[in-house]
Amino acid sequence: MNLKLKDIVPQLITVIAVVLIFGFFTYNAQINMENRGIDFGYGFLSQESSFDVQFSLIEYDGSHSYFRAYLVGLLNTILVSVIGIIIATILGVIVGVARLSPNYLINKFAAFYVEFFRNIPLLLQIFFWYFAALRALPLPQDAEAIFGVFFLTIKGLYVPAFIWQNFSIFFYSLVAAVIAIIVIRIHAKKVQENQGKQIPVFFISLGLIFILPLLSFLIGGVKLSFEVPVLKQLATTSFIYEGGVSLPPELIALTLSLSLYTATFIAECVRAGIQGVGKGQKEAAASIGLTPNQVLKLVIMPQALRIIIPPTTNQYLNLTKNSSLAAAIAYPDLVLVFAGTALMQTGKAIEIVSITMFTYLTLSISISILMNWYNKRIAIQEK
Amino acid sequence: MSKINFLKPDRANLNTFLYLGSFLFLISFLDVFFNSFFNLNLTGFLPNFLSFVLPLVLGFIGLYFIRIEYSGIKRLDLLNKHINTNNFNAVLSLLIIFVIIKSIPPILSWFVVDASFAGDSKDVCTGSGACWTYIKVWMRRFMYGMYPNAEQWRINLSFISLVLLGSVGYFATDKFKKYLTLYYVVIYPLIAFLFIFFFISGGPVFFDFSYGIIAAILSIVIGFFIPGRFKFYYFLTVPLALYIILKYFLFFEEYIELGKLDGLNWVETGAWGGLSLTFIISFFCLIFCFPIGMAFALGRRSGFPLIRYISVGFIEFWRGVPLITVLFMSAVMFPMFLPEDFFIDKLVRAIIAISLFEAAYVAEVIRGGLQALPRGQYEAAKSLGMGYWKMHIFVILPQALKLVIPGIANTFLALVKDTPLIFVVGLLEIVGMLNLAKTNPEWLGFAMEGYVFAAIIFWIICYAMSKYSYNLEQKYKTDR
Repeated sequence: MNLKLKDIVPQLITVIAVVLIFGFFTYNAQINMENRGIDFGYGFLSQESSFDVQFSLIEYDGSHSYFRAYLVGLLNTILVSVIGIIIATILGVIVGVARLSPNYLINKFAAFYVEFFRNIPLLLQIFFWYFAALRALPLPQDAEAIFGVFFLTIKGLYVPAFIWQNFSIFFYSLVAAVIAIIVIRIHAKKVQENQGKQIPVFFISLGLIFILPLLSFLIGGVKLSFEVPVLKQLATTSFIYEGGVSLPPELIALTLSLSLYTATFIAECVRAGIQGVGKGQKEAAASIGLTPNQVLKLVIMPQALRIIIPPTTNQYLNLTKNSSLAAAIAYPDLVLVFAGTALMQTGKAIEIVSITMFTYLTLSISISILMNWYNKRIAIQEK
Repeated sequence: MSKINFLKPDRANLNTFLYLGSFLFLISFLDVFFNSFFNLNLTGFLPNFLSFVLPLVLGFIGLYFIRIEYSGIKRLDLLNKHINTNNFNAVLSLLIIFVIIKSIPPILSWFVVDASFAGDSKDVCTGSGACWTYIKVWMRRFMYGMYPNAEQWRINLSFISLVLLGSVGYFATDKFKKYLTLYYVVIYPLIAFLFIFFFISGGPVFFDFSYGIIAAILSIVIGFFIPGRFKFYYFLTVPLALYIILKYFLFFEEYIELGKLDGLNWVETGAWGGLSLTFIISFFCLIFCFPIGMAFALGRRSGFPLIRYISVGFIEFWRGVPLITVLFMSAVMFPMFLPEDFFIDKLVRAIIAISLFEAAYVAEVIRGGLQALPRGQYEAAKSLGMGYWKMHIFVILPQALKLVIPGIANTFLALVKDTPLIFVVGLLEIVGMLNLAKTNPEWLGFAMEGYVFAAIIFWIICYAMSKYSYNLEQKYKTDR
């Protein structure tokens, strides 16, 4: 070992500084908590929370524990993030491709959209949708049905609920279809490598994913019916929709603004990615006789995706983190339910804020690990 | 006359197709135009659905007819090339044109025609348009927050002086150009700090602090004239000596008491707000996050493993959590970590939190620039006998920072857009003030105007910044 003093001293100084800072903080925290009579611990998580949450995916009321409240908030956060990511991706890809369109109008329209939504703070957009735009919607009794089943009112969006019978059979058939598709894909690849024959995997997969669940309806006894929301009068001026699923306006405003905002960034990533593939690649692919579709599928997209995915991952992470702005419009997400209400009730600032931060860290890191894995899979295999 | 095949427009019957197509397109255009601007339905005699899609169909056929390749008419060819390449594009172009025509009248009427500008009470806002009176009445609150009306000249004066001082760089002659970096990185922020904490905040509370700052500035300025080999000892001793002289021997405080320079009222930071607070916070976070970010970027690429791990931990931690939880932490958790009698103003806490948060992003951006530099640059600098700091300051960082101008600009843009989040710690900048004004019982129901107003302001700021960064990028573009 050739340890030099020059190497050790800077590291030692840094470590000592970090330790001192943290030590200072913990020391103060201990004294402060002692003075205020707060004890440190996570035992409160199993206590009864005794507050209600407006919108939750799992069964929850005041008699459940704080941990259950935490789960409610977490699931709501994940719900917003997933919906937002899906919409933002679709919109972003469309706008990104539109920005490369030879059509002047489409091109400028897309550019306008990107420049407009990108340069306005997200919080302002959320407020705009929630306090200004969605407040202009009709009252429940005045709402007109969209396609006869959806009702968009000031109290939220009412959609029909699915009512399943023997849902598990349907689910298993879906799983079976997915497994079959994976097996067929592997087999098809082997066949192509060995014999050069191409099996139309796409159509077979499409067929499987439709036919197997369909069979479960015909043979397996699965039944699906819809429960359409119906207007009900509570008092002379108070109306409400019963049945179906109601999406609160907070959720709508949040997903709308999150996806509109993030889509602009994804659009820029997509544009950069497609522009990043050299023109020569396209021409070379065309000159060896590939059809335009094949050029896109086999030459352009694999290369463009490699450029698109890393920045897009960042945008997904940003969207997930930005979903915490929900607290500003009282959508019961993790920050509002846990770092807001639960914190007020228990006063356990350090525990609750640290749990919240740790949760977001875990979410971010798991998304980035997932996307890194995918990125590595599609990266060029250099030998 | 040759036979006309309507299914295939060609050059032989150029004029026929041109006139026919233009005519059909004109009809569809006029139909939509009259419908939206004059509320006239020219095709009202038709069934509802047909009347709705007729302009689209007519326009589509019209565009189909005039899509003639190599027509020889320059304008037509340009039109075809840009908006009318094929059927799909034609439909999209038509839809966009119609949407634009349809949306102009309602937007115009809301913004200008039916809007009310005059007066200073809610009563004038009876029209269906926007109520800009609301903005007019609340303008001072939106700009200065709860800052007392009589004292607002202090904010204006400080901002004007700071902008003037900031524009020094444009007028600097070549002789002083080399000091500009020092000026902008050290002296200007300190002056800005003094301005804001003396002038906007008022009162002699921060005097002790300001002695230190004055001592630092003075010693740096004098430091230029000190020969290089004494510099180390100079900076080791003189600033401290200056500080002590200023504090204990010159008795500024007494002079100021006598001269009534502290006639300014103390305005606590809770009363600051509006757009001016947005500027103050963005400015300080921008100044703080840059050096911190640079330090952690270098730390992440350092050869010492412990420093590297600490930097990675720092960066990944701040990048992994949302800003709102960081502000929550600074509001409810941070006071627990400080000695009991130690109080930090909530504005300062917010600035620290945002700076640390953005510093992690700046660090990643700068790291990207450092990684993009070819190894040859490092090796060349080392072979000239440069040490770590010399190499980075004179060779690596100037090139790396040039590379990352767009990334840095994006981070600063994000910073400006993140400032509204300070509502978490109870500070109200322009969006917060809007939410406050919205709940005022005398001015209920004007949320839309307020948000549109703030959106326009933010859009102008952010768009100008992004354009400026684009210009910088073009200016410093070096071919590699």
